[in-house]
Amino acid sequence: MKMKPLWVLLTLTSLPAAAQSRLNMTQGVTEISNQVYDLHMIIFYICCVIGVIVFGLMFISIIRHRKSKNPNPANFHENVKVEIAWTIVPLLILAGMAVPATTTLIAMEDTSDADVTVQVTGSQWKWHYKYFENDVEYYSRLATQREQINNKFEKEENYLLEVDRPLVIPTDKKVRFLVTSDDVIHSWWVPDFAIKKDANPGFINEIWTKVDEPGIYRGQCAELCGKDHGFMPIVVIAKEPAEYQKWITEKEAEQQAAQEREQELLAMEMSKDELMDLGEKVYNSTCAACHQANGQGVNGVFPALAGSGVAADSEAQHEHIDIVVNGVTGTAMQAFGSQLSMRELAAVITYERNAWGNDTGDLIQAADINEVMNQ
Amino acid sequence: MSTAVEDTHHDTHHDHKPYGIGRWLFTTNHKDIGSMYLWLSFTMFLVGGAMAMVIRAELFQPGLQLIEPQFFNQMTTVHGLVMIFGAVMPAFTGLANWMIPMMIGAPDMALPRMNNWSFWILPFAFLILLGSLFMEGGGPAFGWTAYAPLSTTYSSDSTALFVFSVHIMGISSIMGAINVIVTIMNMRAPGMSYMKMPLFAWTWFITAFLLIAVMPVLAGAVTMLLTDKYFGTSFFDAAGGGDPVMYQHIFWFFGHPEVYIMILPSFGIISAIIPAFARKPLFGYASMVYATAAIALLSFLVWAHHMFTTGMPVFAELFFMYCTMLIAVPTGVKIFNWVATMWRGSMTFETPMLFALAFVILFTIGGFSGLMLAIIPADFQYHDTYFVVAHFHYVLVTGAIFSIMAAAYYWLPKWTGHMYDSTLAKTHFWTSLISVNVLFFPMHFAGLAGMPRRIPDYATQFADINQIASIGGFAFGLSQLIFLWVVIKCVKGGEKAAAKPWDGAEGLEWTVPSPAPYHTFEKPPKVE
Repeated sequence: MKMKPLWVLLTLTSLPAAAQSRLNMTQGVTEISNQVYDLHMIIFYICCVIGVIVFGLMFISIIRHRKSKNPNPANFHENVKVEIAWTIVPLLILAGMAVPATTTLIAMEDTSDADVTVQVTGSQWKWHYKYFENDVEYYSRLATQREQINNKFEKEENYLLEVDRPLVIPTDKKVRFLVTSDDVIHSWWVPDFAIKKDANPGFINEIWTKVDEPGIYRGQCAELCGKDHGFMPIVVIAKEPAEYQKWITEKEAEQQAAQEREQELLAMEMSKDELMDLGEKVYNSTCAACHQANGQGVNGVFPALAGSGVAADSEAQHEHIDIVVNGVTGTAMQAFGSQLSMRELAAVITYERNAWGNDTGDLIQAADINEVMNQ
Repeated sequence: MSTAVEDTHHDTHHDHKPYGIGRWLFTTNHKDIGSMYLWLSFTMFLVGGAMAMVIRAELFQPGLQLIEPQFFNQMTTVHGLVMIFGAVMPAFTGLANWMIPMMIGAPDMALPRMNNWSFWILPFAFLILLGSLFMEGGGPAFGWTAYAPLSTTYSSDSTALFVFSVHIMGISSIMGAINVIVTIMNMRAPGMSYMKMPLFAWTWFITAFLLIAVMPVLAGAVTMLLTDKYFGTSFFDAAGGGDPVMYQHIFWFFGHPEVYIMILPSFGIISAIIPAFARKPLFGYASMVYATAAIALLSFLVWAHHMFTTGMPVFAELFFMYCTMLIAVPTGVKIFNWVATMWRGSMTFETPMLFALAFVILFTIGGFSGLMLAIIPADFQYHDTYFVVAHFHYVLVTGAIFSIMAAAYYWLPKWTGHMYDSTLAKTHFWTSLISVNVLFFPMHFAGLAGMPRRIPDYATQFADINQIASIGGFAFGLSQLIFLWVVIKCVKGGEKAAAKPWDGAEGLEWTVPSPAPYHTFEKPPKVE
């Protein structure tokens, strides 16, 4: 009777790590995550032992002290010594448990002397990463196709756990994350690093990790943050320091080139087809989560763009650009001026003004966006 | 025996019950009000349960099948609110109304008109809350915890209805609590000293103080949400000098004692049932009282353990971790006392006892996962995953709700004058016990493997676990219809119940006939 749970436990713990993590906490890939796993297993075993003793006694009592076996009940109802013992013993066990938990916690909260610092900003429903040592920043969004979510396509291996642009960090270096939010509270969680920290709007939280093994690590937003809370995963790629250096230098150059190209584009005009094509893509990846692919919005929560409001009003061109670029304070409408390139902004606004029966006929160019941005 | 029969005759002769709808609208009788609370609670249990069925149906497979994410969030939010404020709390208030006057030898509650009022505002609170689901933009979708700013700037206009309905529920709870305190302090029969009171009266007495202490805090928190959303204040908005995390501190200062509000009366119920069916007095009565008081006091010092990931100073984290671990001690004392009560007893296993035994084991499992959650470094991995969902459903469903079921079976003969159909009742127990574990146990694994809570869709590795949980969920939901059947059958008829149908039961409620006459203890009994 008592042996059975123990046997199950032993089998569970002797399973290979991969099979185990499907049912148990991951051991992760950092020193801290291993300590956390150990704490988890110790407290789990303590609970199991107490459980076996308490439930064991209870079942013995249920079997032996039933009316058919024991028709005359005893009458004791007090024993000061026993009662003191079962107050003190749990206290001692807990004190013993508190020591390693405290040590690990203090280590986890020590964010000093970091080699690399990344600011992590959550917003509905994507993550933004900004490197402090290099001039690199970008958004990271869910890459799973809508058709997979709506059961039209087969679900692939990393369904809901894949992003367009993963965060890249070096191995063997202390990486510090400054976590914050642009709108509601999110929570940045990567189980393999054993770090989870809330992203609070207006405040910055600090966490750190030091990854031992190169690899791809996946996590998810852990705090309810609205409609698409289940659709804002986190992917972190850990690279050897040399490879990381190469990646970040290239990325920096690439982002600089993109900025320069953007300046050149100001002087160029895009054709309607070009604008509408690009606009549709940007709309579907950035705007459709709230305003819906058909522009109808969600009644009472997210306004419709089709057939009403600024997008359908040929007089409101300037106002429309202003809303998209600067957002609307006090609502869920974000300021996309810092999230999209001027070309993308021009395209998506053109698309909104000419799709779903909206027929303002307006063509917005990067120069128009630039004008609003410089006001 | 013959005297009991004579008593019944005598009492029914003088039972002047008003008839028709007026009886229920204007009643000040603690038994009528208790019954109405219990029926409201069961109705809300089915409503909240139906929402849980919607949730489990959507989660049956990965992908979005039945409902939109926004509606999914409304379901999780309203399910939580309805179950906590609609099912569990009114059930305990109903039991308190029925049983506390009879247990302490009082003729009624001390403030009968307030008693009527505290019940009759409740249905309106739930009409408002459930009605908000049909508003443009849908009902509240920010979780029952209503964290700002998701519940302010980023919510739909149903937030106002959410706030008002919570206000009404709070007022009702406070009035109920005042009534319990005043009744217990003033209306105990001669000789019924505090340390002679049944533990159900004791645990409710302590719970009532918790309610009065924290319900106003909740009312304050949601009022601040309301003014932040509509009147330009910035309590929880950093742009105006506020702090969204402050909402969580205020909310959980209510929320943690609330957890004990929903479990302390259970401890009282279990402490009545186990001795009755073990035919042996409760082990450590005094230590049970002290442990309950200790749990209640500690419950004010642990609120931030719901918020370990919000970014607190490390010393604050350590303080809350130690206090949280400390709560395991008095809770452990209670479990040990129950096991010691069974030890060398002479047990039989009628349905109330079955539910009580299941309570002891499954509540302890919920306590174990609670202890694991207290270990902060591990909590960083558990927090906001299905591990937490498993934890609090073990404590609330197999804890609070199982104890309420146990209480219902234990006192049904007293309420209705009939024995319930014991085969049906046992069927209800065994189907509930099996399905509830199929439902919630796998959730521990889903959480440990990394599945966040409150998501309408999930990565494919969680598919099997969710499918099992959903099957358990449907079975558990259907099993509760058996309970409804048992109760209706028992109200309508059945074997006549004796004044004391359980030979080991103790307490004044068993000295009056079954069904309990409309008015009991108009002359106080003498307690030795």
